[in-house]
Amino acid sequence: MELSVTNLNFSYTDKPILKELSFSVRDGEFVSILGPSGCGKSTLLNILAGILKPQSGQILTNGQEIHGISGQFAYMPQNDLLFPWRTILDNVCLYGELHQRKEEMKEKAGAQFARFGLEGCEDKYPHELSGGMRQRAAFLRTALCDAGIFLLDEPFGALDVITRGDMQDWLCELRTNLKRTILLVTHDTDEAIYLSDRILILGRPGEGIREEICISEEHRTRDWLYEQGQLRARIHRIIKFV
Amino acid sequence: MNKLSKAAPVAVILILMASWEAIVRAAGIPLYVLPAPSDMLKSFASEFPTLMGHAGITVLEAVAGMAISFVVGIVMGVLIDAMPTFKKCIYPILVVTQTVPVIVLAPIFIIYMGFGYAPKILTVVLMCFFPIVVSFSDGLGEMDEGYLNLVRTYGGSNFQLYRIVKIPSAMISLLSGLKVAATYSISGAVVGEWIASQSGLGYYLIRAKNGYMLDKVFACVLMIILLSLLMNGVIKLFGYAVLPSARRRRRSTNKRIR
Repeated sequence: MELSVTNLNFSYTDKPILKELSFSVRDGEFVSILGPSGCGKSTLLNILAGILKPQSGQILTNGQEIHGISGQFAYMPQNDLLFPWRTILDNVCLYGELHQRKEEMKEKAGAQFARFGLEGCEDKYPHELSGGMRQRAAFLRTALCDAGIFLLDEPFGALDVITRGDMQDWLCELRTNLKRTILLVTHDTDEAIYLSDRILILGRPGEGIREEICISEEHRTRDWLYEQGQLRARIHRIIKFV
Repeated sequence: MNKLSKAAPVAVILILMASWEAIVRAAGIPLYVLPAPSDMLKSFASEFPTLMGHAGITVLEAVAGMAISFVVGIVMGVLIDAMPTFKKCIYPILVVTQTVPVIVLAPIFIIYMGFGYAPKILTVVLMCFFPIVVSFSDGLGEMDEGYLNLVRTYGGSNFQLYRIVKIPSAMISLLSGLKVAATYSISGAVVGEWIASQSGLGYYLIRAKNGYMLDKVFACVLMIILLSLLMNGVIKLFGYAVLPSARRRRRSTNKRIR
């Protein structure tokens, strides 16, 4: 699903966060949004998901204008937000339950548990799982939504470095099978370089997109990532630039 | 849990009872001033059939009052959570109802509603609905906004928001309120009966007191304590039945402690 954002404006009282922000994402593309904290990364995802209302601007998905909660986006926040009183299976089938097709989704989900590294966890409760597994369960819940665009708001931000690396490898493998457009907000430069086709670097609040880096031509592996010292330095300089 | 921490509370009660017994006997305190625990247990045993008869009435009133409080509490809790204006209007009134002593209201209820079960049940309701409303509406309001937004972005309706997120998340808080209410319910019914009645533990209590049969008064108090604990226990069982995740969590934490 294509996404196109034009002249988006958002401010909290008198402090502008997003000012005339425009960008577009192609169907099936993986785009990361990098930027200093407070630059409006999460605000942007919240607007797309329909939780926040922009003051002005236009959002198009596949050429159709959308307003508020549209069902086109599957939003996944930083904390897993699994319901502690529900089993993992009931948690991941939330979307199906909300749309009156829980049984159908349970069958569909059952087949996915192995792929998401969650075999045998169907009847467990979230507190019985490790942080990485909980995040994978939250990811499976997101993947089972009908939405064409995933909005990932620092999905691995709360994990330790080793688990985070494993999760990135796992997502890197999974993304081709998912066949979705993905918008990832992160403050981890390596994560953005490793996973995305394109990186959008946001400046200070109200400044907009400072630079766009396209790396879709590269064959991205861990080994390739280790050699990207120059690219990493370049991104850091862009973010730091005042 | 180790053996000492289990045995200690039992030992404290036994020591207190033994000292009570010893003091009453040594000082020769007469029965109509202070009965010894042994006198109390003796009359509890001999009066058991009579006490049970009266307890049936009291429990009936308490359970009816609890049921009404539960329904009122759930409806009010949801309304308070869903409509801020309703909360602003009704919450102060709720608090004020709890500042008026029930013992003052009970005779007024009897004037309005006669000598039947109704004024006693209303006394129970007045004591029990408040903890239920407060615990439930607080529980509904406590849910992390993130969960609510998640369900909203998934296209959930307001009704689903309550059914899937808010009500289940308020269950633990609601159960605490229910436990408090259940413990109060027997006392509420006894207060109602105390004012005017032909049966029930409150009626028995008045009769025993007027006859200076303090051993029977204490036996009746023991009955009230046991029934209150029973009501509390029933709520606990209800909690285990409706919260499988809490049950599992408890089991896993117990394992860790061992």
